[in-house]
Amino acid sequence: MDATEKKIVTLIQAGFPVTAHPYAAIGAQIGIGEDEVIDRIKGIKESGEIRRMGASFDSRKLGYASTLCAVHVPPEKLDQAVEVINSYLNVTHNYERNHHYNVWFTLIAPNRERIREILAEMEEQAGIGPILDLPATRLFKIQVDLPVING
Amino acid sequence: MGRILSSQEQELVRLLQDDIPVTAEPFAGIGAAVGMSGDEVLAKVKEWIADGTIRRFGAMVRHQKLGYNANAMSAWDVPEERAEEVGRVFAAATEVSHCYQRPRADGWNFNVFAMIHAATPEECHQVAAGLARQVGIEGFELLFSSREFKKISMRYFVEQE
Repeated sequence: MDATEKKIVTLIQAGFPVTAHPYAAIGAQIGIGEDEVIDRIKGIKESGEIRRMGASFDSRKLGYASTLCAVHVPPEKLDQAVEVINSYLNVTHNYERNHHYNVWFTLIAPNRERIREILAEMEEQAGIGPILDLPATRLFKIQVDLPVING
Repeated sequence: MGRILSSQEQELVRLLQDDIPVTAEPFAGIGAAVGMSGDEVLAKVKEWIADGTIRRFGAMVRHQKLGYNANAMSAWDVPEERAEEVGRVFAAATEVSHCYQRPRADGWNFNVFAMIHAATPEECHQVAAGLARQVGIEGFELLFSSREFKKISMRYFVEQE
């Protein structure tokens, strides 16, 4: 990305302007026109540097429940377990981590009951478990806008 | 906490959680799709940002593509009565993107989680060591991700739930 594109990314990461002509507003801040901002953002999106440009909702405010889950999966069961876990659209992040509990994923569902149901289904279908269910009890910080350090 | 959204509001959530159109007047475009004016959409988005329903409104970048090559989940064994204070210290660190208190579990004796982002694993270790010194807690583990199996944004009010 060139300097202009980095400036655009930093701005729209921090907050997309909530105004009738957002791309004109971005352009006004860095001294380029609305059309150029639109062209640049289309280019940045094509390059894959931007994953998505939109709203992240607070699942609790929409009435949903969320949790962080961890499970020990032996190597020979890993592929199948990941396939079962990932098959749920409710699973948004899933990582292999260097620990006895080697599979960590986040789960969002309309309520706690559905979460317990899904975890039971996963344990049954993948032959794994118990899956640790670690819902947040306090939030100290959620997401930050990391500055572009090495575009 | 949760509340019941009207079907029109749910429709708006469905569109806002996708990509904002890259057109001159994207909110008017979204409004047209849900039967609202552009101004009504703007007012609703502002209301949702103000009350925290929308946590973040902007571009999500691929961190690894932007130079943050390492992320570590640090998990800490913090006495319950210190959890609030320790969580606040961790949250103040610029390298920490998320910080939560969670219950302990069988074989998992850690209750405060902080996601650390840095350029290298070594830097993650340094950040964690610094946090440990700051709060005077030695019981922690650093879990690095060796593989990403999935990373998507949650889509609310869609069929499969």
